[in-house]
Amino acid sequence: MASSIFKKVLSETNEFERTPVPASELKSGNSFLGMYAGEHTAGTEFVIGPLFVAHGVAAGDLIFGLLIGNLLAVFSWALITAPIATSKRLTLYYQLERIVGKRLVAGYNLVNALMFCFLAGSMIAVSATAVGIPFGLEMPTLTDWMPRTSGWVITVILMGAVITLVAIQGYSYVARFANLMAPWMILIFIGAGLIGLSQLGVNSWESLLAISNEVIWTGIPLEGMSKFTIWHIIFFAWFCNMAMHIGMSDLTILRYARSWKYGFLSFAGMYIGHFFAWIASGILYAVFLQSNSASTSFAPGEIAFQTAGIAGAVCVIVAGWTTANPTIYRAGLALQGIFPKTHTWKITAIVGGITSLAACFPALVMKLLDFVALYGLLLMPMGAVIFADFYFSKRFGFQAEQALTNKSNFSLPAFVAWVLTLVICLGLNQFYGIEVFFLGLPGWFIAVFIFIGLSKFYYSSVKLKLA
Amino acid sequence: MKAILKIISLIGLLLTMIPPVLIFMGSIDLEETKSLMTLGMVAWFGSAPFWINRRTEDGRQKSEVGS
Repeated sequence: MASSIFKKVLSETNEFERTPVPASELKSGNSFLGMYAGEHTAGTEFVIGPLFVAHGVAAGDLIFGLLIGNLLAVFSWALITAPIATSKRLTLYYQLERIVGKRLVAGYNLVNALMFCFLAGSMIAVSATAVGIPFGLEMPTLTDWMPRTSGWVITVILMGAVITLVAIQGYSYVARFANLMAPWMILIFIGAGLIGLSQLGVNSWESLLAISNEVIWTGIPLEGMSKFTIWHIIFFAWFCNMAMHIGMSDLTILRYARSWKYGFLSFAGMYIGHFFAWIASGILYAVFLQSNSASTSFAPGEIAFQTAGIAGAVCVIVAGWTTANPTIYRAGLALQGIFPKTHTWKITAIVGGITSLAACFPALVMKLLDFVALYGLLLMPMGAVIFADFYFSKRFGFQAEQALTNKSNFSLPAFVAWVLTLVICLGLNQFYGIEVFFLGLPGWFIAVFIFIGLSKFYYSSVKLKLA
Repeated sequence: MKAILKIISLIGLLLTMIPPVLIFMGSIDLEETKSLMTLGMVAWFGSAPFWINRRTEDGRQKSEVGS
């Protein structure tokens, strides 16, 4: 029954998986505006804002860092992703297949699926921190890696099972539910932030500045946490969605855009979502710390419940759920690409199982910043390959879409660019102490250069002409 | 009927946003704020699903098929 429902849903729509989106199917800017705003006001926001507070970022560093970092992210979508998306109008996966070959795309899908599983797992854990409130569940702490209690494990597994069942049965309904919740969630974030400020005693511009610097974003990290500077904030805000912009995942979205300029509509996600939501959730955590100075727990559900009551706790559940569900679905589809003969519902069930197990480990929440940065870094080189293929193949004299041109399933230049870039980034981290948040920028250039160099050697345009 | 539902939804959103502004201005207390926001949540959840019928146009959901 599940697979027949799924087939019915698919058969009703043409997704242009292997063809360019025709002009008749292009979408208006409003679609992207709403989508970006909703997508980036999610469960992750309930974790990221508080983690910034825990990492002791100063108030000025936070505000200016977010303004700059989010702007760089918008420019990345608009100037790097969108022009290619509106020119080619292909999905990321098909565009990648044409350049790097099916075998490498399978590897990409595997990595992507695994990262999706962990991300979904962290969101299940976020929701569990709210679900567990009426049951007096012991919440994880900032330094926890392992689950503390069997109650936590049971709660997370049960939630994961329910979310997986829903993902198998009715993804389209969940997608509509997520769209429905988005306007309400955005208001909850903003409203909770205002409540938090009032709880901290803010009643004037002067008190806002004072409390921001002395109570909320003090510049002093909590015990056991590293210190974040403005550069951490800039690069995190810029690269937290690296997989989507310079990693080119959003080719699949922006291929429906009438103009490349729609890439600028990502500002709705960056400034309504990330900017306000991260500030608001940081305020909530500061309120929690003020009232629970002896507590070491880090639980978005508890934090939101304390300030915004039941509405806050439900928002955390909904935010985690509406992020976890499509993510499990995406992971399932990514794996389906590798195992096309396996029923989608079986793949989704396996993914859900992996996700639920992963969610048992609080480290996924506590290390979310590092995980998100790593996620983007792992996938970014393939985005760099797409960029280099699009802009530099003619200029530097190598074959565009080399896998397609040579009827090959595997591109060595792309593979080496991917692996070597990550090895070099690991080296920069291990031997030069460059944190994962900052590796995306040099990594992108490294990937582009390696790909261009090897493509010129293996797939020179001259060789094609002579062949 | 749809018009009534839309009004209820709008009330729900207003009850979500206005109480935080009022507590920030010192006009109501925290418990009143939480109660009103809970009411707003119920109003929104209880009415919006019945008139918000938009099919997902954005590529995010459709794109999942190609992922």
